[in-house]
Amino acid sequence: MDLTSINPVLLVASLMVAATPILLAAIGELVVERAGVLNLGVEGMMITGAVVGFAIGVNTGSPALGFVAAAAGGAALSLLFGLLTQYLLSNQVATGLALTLFGLGLSSLIGKPYEGIKSPTLQKLDLGPLGDLPIVGPILFGHDPMVYVSLLMVLGVWWGLKHTRAGLILRAVGENHDAAHALGYKVVRVRMAAIAFGGACAGLGGAYISLVRVPQWVEGLTAGAGWIALAIVVFASWRPWRALLGAYLFGGVTVLQLNLQAAGLAIPVEYLSMSPYVVTILVLVLISARGRHGAPGALGRLFHGTG
Amino acid sequence: MMFRLEKRPSPSRFWAAVTPVLAVLATMIAGGVMFWLLGKDPFETIRIIFWDPLFHETFGPYSRPQLLVKAGPLILIAIGLSLGFRAGIWNIGAEGQYIMGAIIGAGLGLAVYPTESRLIFPLMVVAGGFGGWAWAMIPALLRVRFGTNEILVSLMLVYVAEAFLASVSQGLLRNPDGMGFPGSRNFKDYPAAHNGEILAGTGMHWGVAAALVAVIFAHVLLSRHMLGFQVRLSGGAPRAARFAGVRPARLVLFCLGTSGALAGMAGLFEVSGPAGQISIDFNSGYGFTAIIVAFLGRLNPLGILLAGLLMALTYIGGELASLMLGIPAAAIQLFQGMLLFFLLAMDIFTNFRIRLKKPEAA
Repeated sequence: MDLTSINPVLLVASLMVAATPILLAAIGELVVERAGVLNLGVEGMMITGAVVGFAIGVNTGSPALGFVAAAAGGAALSLLFGLLTQYLLSNQVATGLALTLFGLGLSSLIGKPYEGIKSPTLQKLDLGPLGDLPIVGPILFGHDPMVYVSLLMVLGVWWGLKHTRAGLILRAVGENHDAAHALGYKVVRVRMAAIAFGGACAGLGGAYISLVRVPQWVEGLTAGAGWIALAIVVFASWRPWRALLGAYLFGGVTVLQLNLQAAGLAIPVEYLSMSPYVVTILVLVLISARGRHGAPGALGRLFHGTG
Repeated sequence: MMFRLEKRPSPSRFWAAVTPVLAVLATMIAGGVMFWLLGKDPFETIRIIFWDPLFHETFGPYSRPQLLVKAGPLILIAIGLSLGFRAGIWNIGAEGQYIMGAIIGAGLGLAVYPTESRLIFPLMVVAGGFGGWAWAMIPALLRVRFGTNEILVSLMLVYVAEAFLASVSQGLLRNPDGMGFPGSRNFKDYPAAHNGEILAGTGMHWGVAAALVAVIFAHVLLSRHMLGFQVRLSGGAPRAARFAGVRPARLVLFCLGTSGALAGMAGLFEVSGPAGQISIDFNSGYGFTAIIVAFLGRLNPLGILLAGLLMALTYIGGELASLMLGIPAAAIQLFQGMLLFFLLAMDIFTNFRIRLKKPEAA
């Protein structure tokens, strides 16, 4: 084994890339859950976004259009969830699971003709001399635009939830939908908007996997990333900056185990590839052992406003 | 708004029975449109999926036994899941428990190869159940002890189990006479451990028999036994359940443990029978499809029996359709997902009355 082959600067740079899809999906789901809705269909929306983004990216030759289409696809699928849970009042857990199973089927149907094709790559942002700086260059200035978009999104969601009127209404709906309803806020409309935002983010996250990270289409590409995003929302105690921390932590574990595989560590590959999931479980346990702090009051509860 | 929803005091029994049928019909229509978009004749496709596997003169005799082979594991897993779903305990990692049961059970059988004894197969079944139970105990104990979300933990463990399966099928359990190919010995060549057909040509193997027994047990448990009452009470009215002295921790352990054990046994029956050997991809997603089966069967044991058979039919019909018309296998997965959507959407009729809103008096 040769641990010197692992370059810490490249490790940090690549963990940011590995974390971006999960961060995008997690920040979207965080908003959904802050509005009091538990959408377990993140995996389904991500993989749909992945395949839609890939197909559009390949056909138009433009990864940017791919991302736009992926966001639209994820949002469209999430509105199906919204229709069922908000208007037809179905169980959120069951409907979220249905969304995931549906998305997995839909994606492999759409993706069949695209197997084995390489996608157009997203160009890295050229920041001139900044990118050539030692250490800081590759970590801060050497990424593709989506990495920065995901970071801006964390900032935006944090600011939006904390400092805007819309964010206040969204949190009110999530903490106590009956009170929000009594105050005259449109609970269902606010939640539909949050659900669509979550879907779009999940779609972007999925497309980042198929267009940048891998970059090609294979069946079951997301491999549980959507579920890990859900776990990260819990880890983050529903706070945007902690979601960033959680996603980068997870990205770090993923990249490190890949590096260890490449360095020929004496642990079999299968056990190393388990590690991100095991770490996620351990983190969940640690968080839950501290008590259930910060969960929105109305999370997952049915809202049936009369009148 | 033209309509007003009025919550029923208790779910309508009539609608609970009718909605699965309506959902199947709606899925057939939406599926037909999908097949038409794929450039196939919708009526022919629907006929091939739902009718030909049973009644076609050339394919029927081959596919009829497959109905039980596919329905067996689906029913066995779904019965276990339905207990938890009723109580609001969400085990969605049945796929992982299924894999671990298969590995532990098959591992026992392979360890004693080539001993011949009548005890081997029953012991393997027990070991399979134990493997699934133990795997389900991880989320169960974490939830009871730390309040960790069982949905996420059980699901994460599916990926861990899949990686473990990949490891043992290339290492520990690899066939020593297999010239280095991944995969274990084939149980078809080891009569004491083989899960063969009970009645030749019917597809009826011991897993199917176990599924039928599980249906009967679950029915008795839910309708006659105190524990079954507690399960139903906890799901319907958690607060009332606490006043009635239900211990939530015990219920979590029971529901997750039972569903894990049943999924593990299903895995063992599959690997020692229809699949034949431990290999990287012997599992075919039954653990996830069983979630659809449990809901389609209204979390009711007899309903699950019918739903399992129907879902098995879509599997076989889907294979037939891909053979005859070149419809991608993924289309069937989508079809199954659609079915669950329609079912959940139509549940509104079960839980709510829909009243026309009278125009407001001027």
